[in-house]
Amino acid sequence: MTAPLVDIRNLHVALPDGADRPYAVEDLSMTLNAGEIVCVVGESGSGKSLTARAMMGLLPEPRVRASAGQIIFGGRDLLQLPKHERRLLCGEQLSMIFQEPMTALNPLMTVGRQIEEVLIVHTSLSAAERMERVLALLAEVHLPDPPRIAASYPHQLSGGQRQRAMIAMALIMDPKVLVADEPTTALDVTTQAQILKLIRELQHLHGTGVMFITHDFGVVAEVADRILVMQHGKVVETGTADQILNRPEAPYTRALIRAIPSLTPRSRTPIEGVPILKVEDLDKTYRQSGLLAKGREVHAAKDVSFTLKRGETIGIVGESGSGKSTVARMIVRLLQPDGGRIDLHGIDLAPLSKRQLKPHRRRVQMVFQDPYASLNPRRKIGEIICEGPVANGVPKSKAMARARELLGLVGLKPEVAERFPHEFSGGQRQRIGLARALAMDPEVLVADEPVSALDVSVQAQVLELLAEIRDRLGLSVVFITHDLRVAAQVCDTIVVMSKGEVVEHGTLAEVFADPKHAYTRELLASIPGKDWQIPELAEAGAV
Amino acid sequence: MTDLTEQLPEGEAPNLRARALGFWRLFARNRPAVLGLAILIGVIVLAAIAPIIYPDNPFSLAGRPMSPPFGEWIFGTDTLGRDVMAGIAHGARTSLMIGLVATVVAVVFGTLMGALAGYYGGWIDDLLMRITEVFQTIPSFVFAILLVAIMSPSIQSIIIAIAVVSWPALARLVRGEFLSMKNREFVQASVVMGVPDWKIILIQILPNCLSPVIVAGSLLVATAILIESGLSFLGLGDPNVMSWGFQVGAGRTVLRRAWWICTFPGVAILLTVLAINLVGEGLNDALNPRLRERKG
Amino acid sequence: MSGRIAFILRRFLQAIPILLAIIIINFLLLKLAPGDAADVLAGEAGSATPEYMAELRAKFGLDKPVPVQLAQYVGRVLMLDFGYSFRHDMPVAQLVIDRLGPTLILMVTTILLAVGFGILLGLLAATGLNTWRDNVISILALVSYATPLFWVGLMLIVVFSINLGWFPTSGMETIAAFHTGWARVLDIAHHLVLPAITLSLFYLALYTRLMRASMLEQAGMDYVITARAKGLSERRITFRHVLRNALLPVVTMAGVQVSSLIGGSVIVETVFGWPGLGQLAFESLFARDLNLLMGIFFLSAVLVLIVNLIVDILYTLLDPRIELK
Repeated sequence: MTAPLVDIRNLHVALPDGADRPYAVEDLSMTLNAGEIVCVVGESGSGKSLTARAMMGLLPEPRVRASAGQIIFGGRDLLQLPKHERRLLCGEQLSMIFQEPMTALNPLMTVGRQIEEVLIVHTSLSAAERMERVLALLAEVHLPDPPRIAASYPHQLSGGQRQRAMIAMALIMDPKVLVADEPTTALDVTTQAQILKLIRELQHLHGTGVMFITHDFGVVAEVADRILVMQHGKVVETGTADQILNRPEAPYTRALIRAIPSLTPRSRTPIEGVPILKVEDLDKTYRQSGLLAKGREVHAAKDVSFTLKRGETIGIVGESGSGKSTVARMIVRLLQPDGGRIDLHGIDLAPLSKRQLKPHRRRVQMVFQDPYASLNPRRKIGEIICEGPVANGVPKSKAMARARELLGLVGLKPEVAERFPHEFSGGQRQRIGLARALAMDPEVLVADEPVSALDVSVQAQVLELLAEIRDRLGLSVVFITHDLRVAAQVCDTIVVMSKGEVVEHGTLAEVFADPKHAYTRELLASIPGKDWQIPELAEAGAV
Repeated sequence: MTDLTEQLPEGEAPNLRARALGFWRLFARNRPAVLGLAILIGVIVLAAIAPIIYPDNPFSLAGRPMSPPFGEWIFGTDTLGRDVMAGIAHGARTSLMIGLVATVVAVVFGTLMGALAGYYGGWIDDLLMRITEVFQTIPSFVFAILLVAIMSPSIQSIIIAIAVVSWPALARLVRGEFLSMKNREFVQASVVMGVPDWKIILIQILPNCLSPVIVAGSLLVATAILIESGLSFLGLGDPNVMSWGFQVGAGRTVLRRAWWICTFPGVAILLTVLAINLVGEGLNDALNPRLRERKG
Repeated sequence: MSGRIAFILRRFLQAIPILLAIIIINFLLLKLAPGDAADVLAGEAGSATPEYMAELRAKFGLDKPVPVQLAQYVGRVLMLDFGYSFRHDMPVAQLVIDRLGPTLILMVTTILLAVGFGILLGLLAATGLNTWRDNVISILALVSYATPLFWVGLMLIVVFSINLGWFPTSGMETIAAFHTGWARVLDIAHHLVLPAITLSLFYLALYTRLMRASMLEQAGMDYVITARAKGLSERRITFRHVLRNALLPVVTMAGVQVSSLIGGSVIVETVFGWPGLGQLAFESLFARDLNLLMGIFFLSAVLVLIVNLIVDILYTLLDPRIELK
């Protein structure tokens, strides 16, 4: 066997004094061979991103630095290399793509110029030759009309196009190693599928060794040759893709894989309840008023209709810009619909004024997406949960007693009512958010991406809790999500939205087994790791 | 699993005293801010004891006109024989008082307007934005001069003029904070639960935008003191009240013969404004952890 | 391209209601002031019978209802008729235009000095973060930022005019010398040094601090990490990437600060006897020549609008995203 392309030995990345642990990455060893993709997987705080940065010499020194170990590349230890030599390796032999292509590109420079810069630094090509190379690369990453793209500024491109341009920039010197730090996390699922395909294709073509950082096991299943699982800065398990995905050994890996929602729709007895919420022909148009330019109109929602039965969970799925959140916000009347009906028990909520709406507010409540933004940092948990009932006339002491009870219901100790939000983790905060919604005794719960900001292991618990409480209290749920895996686990019925319109509507089993609309089919085909049958793992040796 | 078994931190939530101590620690990490605070306390003490150490009217004649400094009178006397140091001590009262009152008026009014505009949007917001645009266009110092000239110079007219030219900037700041807070999920949760608007504004949003308002307010005091000194330098001060700007203005004509009359009151303005700016930056660092991270 | 032109046009149109609002404020201030034009005129004449006063009021339209007066006032201002200065025995418009030149010389010099050196010093401070260079620049900026303009002016006069005799204490040119051509330009420049330094010091400090903060903020952006990953040198990253992004807030601020610069020029022109609008304003203040004061006030606001428009145009050249805003 030939020597590996990159050989990382006992890498330590030290954090500054006063951090919650001394090392962000501790004693990490791994190898990367030419022509293979090694996935580094872990949840937030696992140290995976800093490993990537250390490899590229991009750690925020001197606060965070590689304090021990070696990164051997081309027979030399990158950590010992003089700064100047190391810099010249970057972009030429080692290159990197990032999570957020919008901020990773300079907003004031054309895309072509930013790509060309790599050639200016690393080659002595003439301007014309450089331009030729840039256009060729843009064509290679399948961007339409390369001259136009090259002359565009980042804000003029779509997210997928920007990431393609980033990839062109990274590959223009034909580097031996590509470090990809969550390159598809900020993208929609269909775009993600395309970018993953592109990375595989180019990596195969050039024989590049790819270090692929991700939190998503679905993505891992799509691209990985070998896998390295990290937790709290340490390597938990490493092996081939087949080994880790199908026969994981380490308890942490097993727990992670067990937490991944399966794509097989969970069988649930069909709901035969009475309709509780009828949404009919809901419309919302955003107008951009311009003094001179003709105002642009965006149909955020157009003729959206569906019916929610008592005890049922309806999933509204779609990519960003599909209008799913707009619909959710109209149902709880955070947004005023332009037209249509929101029929709750025969009362149309859509045209009601703020005052008229007040007695009905209680019955439809919402659980929000961002656990860090959804709780007021300056109020105690108890006050946060009591706020709604108190505003609706419940005596403070009674509301507080109920709040403690609810905290118990969502799996927290009643005493936490006296604490402030910053003392809790993301998952705990989502539980508190759920308790706050439940304090109003709602009939319908609108959950807007309630688990998409959470790590996968926490995600599973919150979903479980949501399902349990729904069944126990007989709640009806409108569940907004972009993640079809999550939808498959919690929903009875699915509404697929695209560009403000409902393109498909049916029971979960129907839509998954036999999608009628082309967009639904594309969406289903784009789910990362769809071909990977998640193994049934026994819960031996829980974490 | 990981989430549930995670231990909750033990012990009581930090009480007020512990929080004040923590705040002081953050503030004190900024050494210049501590220096600024020390100077500011000095000025405040001087203002407080001025009537005790210089019980006479600062306009009264103390001795021979234009006596040089560091003699009988530490900072000398002016063209009419008034003690410069007595003027500085009494001027400190004027500067601090006008700076503080004008700032409070501007902050209260600006916050109210900014909060309403940011929370309700619509025509209130449009109106406010147009007004602040007009105020950004009008040369504010010239406007202040006009206002004082028309209302005739007095403490009240100076305070009104400074507040009138200062509130729009604050309203803009608060509006911006409210606009971003309004879409925070915790505010939306309150809306969905039917909490009345005034409660959302006062309890949910306002406490979360106090930090920038405090910082802007503290810097506004410095600006107000500079405007006041400029006005009284031009002869638009309250004729019955001693002020630093007036002292500098009065010494202008004899600059060639008696440099000290202008110099020392000017130093007093410089030190006070500098001190307030330093304290303001210290507050900013202590109240805004994100910026602090960046500095390190 | 068309986005840029539309943007500039939009800004131009937006200036019109602002201008109207300023005229209205002008009118209200005039109304607020004790005594009307007839009182002033009568005061000038020395004595006036009530009949004569009434006649005067009718002549000026002061007997009409306030909205009519407002409309007439707006009409007059739009025709650039700001009334008559009895003190100077000249139309206000004429007076104000005559004094515009010196103020423009002072302002343009100050803006160039303050923005130019501010950007340079901010850049120097940010690139040498926490070195002695940064500390010296930051401390100087901090002190300049807290210094009252009139005091700086007086102190500079004490040191450089009275003690060293390098520069004249006041005026714009040596009147008795009757210089022409380049000699006159040099003479004016010689007189300009101290006022320009005085006025620019505060803004220099402001832009230095802003530029430093802006550079530091931009240096933490993701695109800088991308640039490092491409293998660019720190020098290239600073000058090709960070600098231009960091300039944007400084340019915006330069526009915002023009209005306060005019306020500062009242003080500086007064201190240095610079024969511009500011000094005229100071004189009319004590002559209680309200018409003239209002004329200056209005013209200075127009000046700010024009400079802001220029800044907007500059901004569109720096930021390609402008069409989105």
